[in-house]
Amino acid sequence: MSSGTVPVALGARQNVLHPHSPAEHSIATLWWVMFAVSCVGLAFIALLLLLGWIRRNREALPFGGGERGATRLVVGLGIATPIVLLSALFVWSDVFVIRSTAAPSRGSTALTVHVVGHQWFWEIGYRGARGTTANELHIPVRTKVNVLATTADVIHSLWVPELNRKIDLIPERTNSVLLYADRAGTYLGQCAEFCGLQHAHMELIVIAQPRPQFEQWLRGQSSDAGAASGGGLQVFMRDGCANCHQIRGTAARSQVGPDLTHVASRRTLAAGTIPNDRAHMRAWLRDPQDLKPGAKMPQTLMSQRDLGTLVDYLEGLK
Amino acid sequence: MTAVAPPVGRSRTERLDLIWEERPGLLGWLTTVDHKRIGLLYFFTTLAFFGAGGIEALLIRTQLAGPNATVLSPEAFNEVMTMHGITMIFLFIIPMTTGAFGNYLLPLMIGARDMAFPRLNALSFWLFLGGGLFLYGGLLLGKGPNCGWFCYTPLNTRTYDPGLNADFYALGLIFNSVASTATAINLIVTSFKLRAPGMSFNRMPLFVFAMLAVSFSLVFALPALTTDLVFLELQRKLGFHFFDVAHGGDSLLWQHLFWLFGHPEVYIIILPAMGIATSIIPTFAKRKMIAFPLVALAELLVAFIGFGVWGHHMFATGLSVSTLVFFAAASMMVVIPSTIQIYAWLFTVNLGRPEFRAPLLFIGGFIALFVIGGLSGIMFAAIPFDQATTDTYFVVAHFHFIIFGAAVFPILGGMFYWFPKVTGRMYNERLAQASFWVTFAGTMLTFFPMHIVGLLGMTRRIYTYHSGFGWDSYNLAETIGAYVLTLGLLMIFANLLWSRFRGVLAGPDPFYGGTLEWTTTSPPPPYNFAVIPTVTSPYPNWDRDDSDGLPLDHGHETQATTVRDGYFDEVLHMPSESGWPIVLGAVAVVFFVMLLTTHYIVAGIFAAVAALTVIAWNVHEPPQE
Repeated sequence: MSSGTVPVALGARQNVLHPHSPAEHSIATLWWVMFAVSCVGLAFIALLLLLGWIRRNREALPFGGGERGATRLVVGLGIATPIVLLSALFVWSDVFVIRSTAAPSRGSTALTVHVVGHQWFWEIGYRGARGTTANELHIPVRTKVNVLATTADVIHSLWVPELNRKIDLIPERTNSVLLYADRAGTYLGQCAEFCGLQHAHMELIVIAQPRPQFEQWLRGQSSDAGAASGGGLQVFMRDGCANCHQIRGTAARSQVGPDLTHVASRRTLAAGTIPNDRAHMRAWLRDPQDLKPGAKMPQTLMSQRDLGTLVDYLEGLK
Repeated sequence: MTAVAPPVGRSRTERLDLIWEERPGLLGWLTTVDHKRIGLLYFFTTLAFFGAGGIEALLIRTQLAGPNATVLSPEAFNEVMTMHGITMIFLFIIPMTTGAFGNYLLPLMIGARDMAFPRLNALSFWLFLGGGLFLYGGLLLGKGPNCGWFCYTPLNTRTYDPGLNADFYALGLIFNSVASTATAINLIVTSFKLRAPGMSFNRMPLFVFAMLAVSFSLVFALPALTTDLVFLELQRKLGFHFFDVAHGGDSLLWQHLFWLFGHPEVYIIILPAMGIATSIIPTFAKRKMIAFPLVALAELLVAFIGFGVWGHHMFATGLSVSTLVFFAAASMMVVIPSTIQIYAWLFTVNLGRPEFRAPLLFIGGFIALFVIGGLSGIMFAAIPFDQATTDTYFVVAHFHFIIFGAAVFPILGGMFYWFPKVTGRMYNERLAQASFWVTFAGTMLTFFPMHIVGLLGMTRRIYTYHSGFGWDSYNLAETIGAYVLTLGLLMIFANLLWSRFRGVLAGPDPFYGGTLEWTTTSPPPPYNFAVIPTVTSPYPNWDRDDSDGLPLDHGHETQATTVRDGYFDEVLHMPSESGWPIVLGAVAVVFFVMLLTTHYIVAGIFAAVAALTVIAWNVHEPPQE
């Protein structure tokens, strides 16, 4: 089954110049100013090149001052001008703007989220709430959120282009980045540091929602899975799924792969590889290696009937 | 052959021919110590690797032409992507500029008859070839390096890269850096000691200043890389813990050491290009470079400041803000030596009577592309912008404007410029100019849209992407651009190949260049100069000196002069051709293969054989007269 278009596009993009937070606004402004000055600089150089081209095979310019004058111009344009411009850029970007992308100071945020990078999914937990979820980070809108990030294996990098800079996830270190969204909506992020075979499929969805809805969502995620019926849990326990995955409220407790307690509430499977619906879930369970070659989830050999039962169960875990 | 008593009663050039002639045929190429022949060996070998790296680039672009493509599997993509980077940097640009251009041209430009250490020079080439074949052996076995050219830990450890892939990477690059270090030392000693009498330090051609800066950078930067790679192999093969956090190692240590080498590396790539530009511009502007001392100083400063900027590759790793600010300031400072040179080039062109033949066209293209890549480079010194766009296609765009635009364009221009010197024949001018425009258009179309997809959030090193991000049409344009670029390059090489056999005879000095290589025949004789010239200007062909010069026609000899002032010091007896360098190169291949396959005892034996080879190399030298 083809994964087709990005499952959660829904109009969401990851455009650096489409800022939805004060930090990203300052980055975008920085870009536009640097871009404008660069255009002027490039145009000036292009003019000098063009002048040489137009004057090709003709006598030298009647240049007042000759070589000494030209050397003065090299000093003026090649040393003095860049010193002035670069100093201005340095003070503006690296003394002032840098504060907006700095790690949030202790206690300055209303919410703290723990993100752990894995090959190839994001594990997400909320301080003060039970359990973890995966690949989908909900935040309350217009609220400062401190993301504390680290990795369980190799280096990854967390980046939600419309909300802030990126931050690397490094073994045994915890880095911190501020997330803030000025408007409710869906924002896309992804792993930005090469992390092996499926670096291309490690997408993070950030959903900013009004505070009450967020809190309702968080309560839902913290709760255990509802009572199982229909035999899907038995297949889950019997056919190896439980070796890696946790479903809170059942005997499946392993935390190697993503927590599946509320897997049906998520929009995508396999970190943005495919949409989360019955057909894709079925295809994924039948042969993960076909949809995401190299993924840590092995192929399982279960009957069509067991597969259907399992899909029924998992798609019921809202 | 050496040790032949100089026959009396013949003309000077006949005697020199007899003294300097090497064996004919294939054996002559395998045992050569002539810097020009070694330069040509480097040229054709690096060109072959350029072809391989180019095919890898086309595979990458074909895979990324549209969303969800399956031209390459994820594993194949990662190996091809990694080998593309390693090939272009370590097996093409550095050996092309130092090994081919540096080797061939530097002794000619300073009026010497060979490099300071001719056999070491031959050894450098054979080690380079061995290292390149070693790396490609990995790819052909399906075990090519697959972790990206900077291969971050812990992805490069056995836990996450259990095959031989990262071992091919680490051992192959150690192998390669031995060859580069030997070349660099040779270039340094040659330009310090073998200059023609009268060529004081301030009369050295700017190309030689650039090669000197590159060589010092290599000598000081490569040990950081080698250290990193040795740590990695000790960890992978013998269970050391340099990067293993669980046992007190540090995962950022790899990045610090890598970029302590890796950023000077960028200037190692760009400096020879600057040297080529400062050779071509005065010739076609028909005047000396303006601000000559400033440009020479700028070339040395680029290399020096380049050692203080490595941290800007790590702005997203969570280093403290004060650390970031230091590296940002250094990164901005390194801009200034470049702007000095850019304006010096442009004013030299405009104060002269410019003739836009193919070499100058390529330099014009180089300046435009270098300025674009330089401006986007400055943006990465603005820390918040770097933190947003690092590891995206915006970076890929930036460094391809630098590495392809600013480093390869002068190499291509230089191929045309020195083609008549090397072959004695002219290239086809009209085809050369047409190929410039095709190559330039292809370059812009391939790399410019990468800025835009980078800002639209496309990260580097992804083997595929979904539709719906607004990336599809830009990626398609880039792929079309890559094929246009390939066409331009094929036009260039077809031109050179055809002209090699059919071009009109060029004569010694078709462009009326200013430096010493234009004072000898095309192609130069094995001894380069019948009489070692006396130099009184940085442009000795334009300011000819009438004094007699040194004949040195009684043996296999060249001159040594004092380092600063270029006063005549002594006559050096140069070693003869030898088979030992290629033997030692072959022994080195076996040694590295044994390390790779963990046959440490056999590796030790071959290390001993290598030591014996070095002894034999010296014992075998017949006594010099």
